[in-house]
Amino acid sequence: MSQYLGEPTLPKLIYRGAEAEIYLQDWFGELAIRKNRVPKPYRVSELDSTIRRTRTLHETNLMHEARRAGIPVPVIQHLDVEESSFIMEYVKGPTLKEELYVVAPQMRRRRCRDLGKLIAKLHEGGLVHGDLTISNVLSDNGKLFLIDFGLGNFSEQLEDRGIDLLLLNRAMKSTHVKFHEEIFDAFLSGYSAIVGRKREVEILNKVHEIERRGRYSERT
Amino acid sequence: MVAVYCLGIESTAHTFGASVVSEKGEVLSDVRDTCASKPGTGIHPREAADHHSEVAAKVVSDALSRAEITGGQLDGVAVALGPGLGPCLRVGATVARAMASWLEKPLVPVNHAIGHIEIGTLTTGARDPLVVLVSGGHTAILAFSGGKWRVFGETEDITLGNLYDMFAREIDLPSPAGPQIEKLASKSSNFVSLPYVVKGNDVSYSGLLTASLAKLRSGASLADVCYSMQEVSCSMLTEAVERSLAYTRKKEVLLTGGVAANGTLQKKLAEMVALHDAVPRIVAQPYTGDCGAQIAWAGMLALRAGETAEIADTRVRPRWRLEDVPIPWRTNSA
Repeated sequence: MSQYLGEPTLPKLIYRGAEAEIYLQDWFGELAIRKNRVPKPYRVSELDSTIRRTRTLHETNLMHEARRAGIPVPVIQHLDVEESSFIMEYVKGPTLKEELYVVAPQMRRRRCRDLGKLIAKLHEGGLVHGDLTISNVLSDNGKLFLIDFGLGNFSEQLEDRGIDLLLLNRAMKSTHVKFHEEIFDAFLSGYSAIVGRKREVEILNKVHEIERRGRYSERT
Repeated sequence: MVAVYCLGIESTAHTFGASVVSEKGEVLSDVRDTCASKPGTGIHPREAADHHSEVAAKVVSDALSRAEITGGQLDGVAVALGPGLGPCLRVGATVARAMASWLEKPLVPVNHAIGHIEIGTLTTGARDPLVVLVSGGHTAILAFSGGKWRVFGETEDITLGNLYDMFAREIDLPSPAGPQIEKLASKSSNFVSLPYVVKGNDVSYSGLLTASLAKLRSGASLADVCYSMQEVSCSMLTEAVERSLAYTRKKEVLLTGGVAANGTLQKKLAEMVALHDAVPRIVAQPYTGDCGAQIAWAGMLALRAGETAEIADTRVRPRWRLEDVPIPWRTNSA
């Protein structure tokens, strides 16, 4: 990565979401990612700084705990609470969403099965992601990393775990129509391999219940 | 035959309203009579229904005479069949059925929430907006897709209008209380900490209500609590809208419904929308609150699209969800 050193284009804005900006930057000779929660003009300043600070702490805390539970997440290298920003290891990607378009069928099933094991471990570790899509999974030469824990939580509730699966299924459906069932089934086989068949059935029943309630039914 | 005039009747909650609109979208009359609730109480459904029965004949005949047309000149009678309070809805539905059958005109069922959206687009010229519908009955973020309005975010418990009205009820103010809370809030700029709950594109206000009342009981000044509650509630909604806006990349945000009159909410939305190169559209002031015009205009659109109903199929629908309503008059990207 040394070819990037001293490149005048860094730091470079690579993504702007509703609440944060993501920069690619140099960090002591290595490429790194900085996530900045930006101030919002529509919130009074006391409220705004409290929200940004607590969310930044919450997110980095979750990432730390996920790592302890054995889930690959980018290593946090620096946390600046006052600025509501943190710097983390740069994982190149592509996203799993991008990779699934180009790999062979056997490989895409393997990736999704691996993701299933990862999410099962996350859930068993008492965490939920809260915004689980295949865009929030990076594949670094086949090693999967989870990113964007901004909506995550510490939770052992079936409801919250069910929402993770529901969101993932919806994301797969909307971007990989042709083989969405195949990859979601592969995901479930990996999930089941960790939590067991009984827990898998419980959570799938919960997913159906949430769908029936309509709050999270297909809307686009 | 081309429709020229549509009468609209509104009676979903505290207001009985009637209005005549033309096909071009001119509001020729908009008459309303609101049932005032006693301070410290909310709307009593039966008392409101009694009120509506008493004023209905006068409101409807005033709407026709101010528009300078006769019942025979109407091309349709539109009525809000829901969502709303059952006893209130039945008054409007009964009046509309009687008029349609006596005048031999088509009866047009209208969803009250769709009325708020359509009067908003009519009075602002919005074409393909992200809609923020805020009232006593709704707090929802909507975008049009596949022939229906889709919910991108909403309240998980009480609405923004509920929050203000329920708070007001505890401190003996009459409802709807939004304007008075706004007035009290304007006397303070001292922010006291209150819970801020945004979950993805959704908001939750019930904890904020409890905490605001608790602050008041523990000795905080009424102005400070009103100011802080208003700041937190409007900021929460603005953030949820911002998430939906970043996702849908719409270029317009339409604010409509009774709470659209709130100046703090208007200002916050405008500040946020500017960050995303979009423009705010705010429903014209006389049509923020419930009125016949919203029903008449949505009814005109439905009538032209052939969405009429037999009298037997016009039971009131107190819990009618707006995402269930087909919208044949709107195309996907206007």
